[in-house]
Amino acid sequence: MTDSTATLVPAALNRTALNAVHRNHKAKMVDFGGWDMPVQYRGLIEEHMAVRTGVGVFDVSHMGDIQLRGPNSLAAVQKLLMNDASKLQIGQAHYTAMLYPNGTFVDDLILHKLSENDYLLVINAGTREKDVQWVRQAIGSMRGVHVTNVSDYYTQIAIQGPKAAATLQKLTDVDLAPIKNYWFTWGKVCGLYSVLIARTGYTGEDGFEIYVPSDEPTSARVWAEVLAAGEEFGMMPCGLGARNTLRLESAMALYGHEISDSLNVFEANLGRYCKIGREPGGAADFIGRDALLEVQKNGGPTKRLVGLEMVERGIGRDGYPVFSLDGERIGEITSGSPAPFLKKNIALAYVPIAFIEVGTEVAVEIRGQRVKAQVVPTPFYKRPKVGSPVITAPLS
Amino acid sequence: MSYPEKYRYSKSHEWLLLEGNTATVGITDYAQGSLGDIVFVELPKIGQEIQAGSTFGSVESVKAVSDLYSPVTGTVSAINEALNDAPETINSAANDTWIIKLDVKSADEAGALLSAADYEKFVAEETGH
Repeated sequence: MTDSTATLVPAALNRTALNAVHRNHKAKMVDFGGWDMPVQYRGLIEEHMAVRTGVGVFDVSHMGDIQLRGPNSLAAVQKLLMNDASKLQIGQAHYTAMLYPNGTFVDDLILHKLSENDYLLVINAGTREKDVQWVRQAIGSMRGVHVTNVSDYYTQIAIQGPKAAATLQKLTDVDLAPIKNYWFTWGKVCGLYSVLIARTGYTGEDGFEIYVPSDEPTSARVWAEVLAAGEEFGMMPCGLGARNTLRLESAMALYGHEISDSLNVFEANLGRYCKIGREPGGAADFIGRDALLEVQKNGGPTKRLVGLEMVERGIGRDGYPVFSLDGERIGEITSGSPAPFLKKNIALAYVPIAFIEVGTEVAVEIRGQRVKAQVVPTPFYKRPKVGSPVITAPLS
Repeated sequence: MSYPEKYRYSKSHEWLLLEGNTATVGITDYAQGSLGDIVFVELPKIGQEIQAGSTFGSVESVKAVSDLYSPVTGTVSAINEALNDAPETINSAANDTWIIKLDVKSADEAGALLSAADYEKFVAEETGH
């Protein structure tokens, strides 16, 4: 195991422009949704803690990007997505989702308004092809909108943690302080002009995502410069393992776990991003709205996503069944793990409405044994509100 | 990765030290490395009888659960309760951190386990390096 760069990757796996860099870091690599990605570098817990207390850097180039342009692009976005894009200003982004007509998820995503008639959708890696296909199918027949899959144009690097701004500030002439959470701008980063700099992330921490050209030399150079800039703050390269535990502590949904094509918006507890009443009586319905109105009319969802904390000793994990204390199987964990910062064993799970109240006790079956857990408020972790004007992240 | 000569090794990545009829069992350096940060160890009860090749507990990292298999047949005579509070000791010192001790009746099963050199070769083959 002397030269990890020589390890052969099955041809079927996609690689980001930073793949060789990860292998040189001696990262442990995994197949994530068809992508050969680093799951950890030095250690998951260390990486997780670096993001909560200092700063970490992630290669998130596997995320997909779809651009919608043209005079009818707002109408297209409004048809496609459940949030209200008419409220976005240029330079602003928000969390939203694409739904099937039955109100379940095609994918969740971040929508950026680049300019009038120009929108960027940042989508999940594992759903890239499906999403692009869905977008073309759903709005392809609309006039005045042009759909481009720009996923391969960018190396997307996430710099996350309380020291993210201080780190990135060393590499750009843009004043980062005025950029509010879920806003973005363009500027010179590492000598590259017009880099998209967004104050977004998937860690529950302050941070930025930058979009640089995806050629390998440029990507590797930017990665190295980010690491060097963060060194004084104890920056660590972070893998998908830490990305998962960070998003779980912050109770952010992951496609295929908390959201999928068999779960609807209300079940997933994402109703606050669903502007079901926008433009009352108007024509600009989003796909899935009618089904969701029907769910509301019929008294709401019958099950819902909740946060669980293990009360007894044991770790509830993805797919483990959840029981009522009198022994009835009531649901299932969608994501469960030890929480490295909170030092508790936490999980997200679907349970019937009768069990969603905070404090409700349930049991998780861990390899044949029933272990007590309790419904707790989400997010499990909320970052301390210090520094610049308090802005609430859409997911906290 | 280091695999002390004094231990015998199982293909399920446990090490074993036989002294008289007491077998001390832990997991190998390779096993802790592939698991990552260990956060939980499930131990058996003292007095429990365990067959060679059967599970006697589990080790969990943040990401994964791994069963522990007994390399030999015996009765649990001691468990390392310090692991309840400090499971990460296995990451920092897998070779020096025992998990259980067993009373064994025969040394034959231990004799059939791999030597350090053979185990190292086995790991190399399994990981393709």
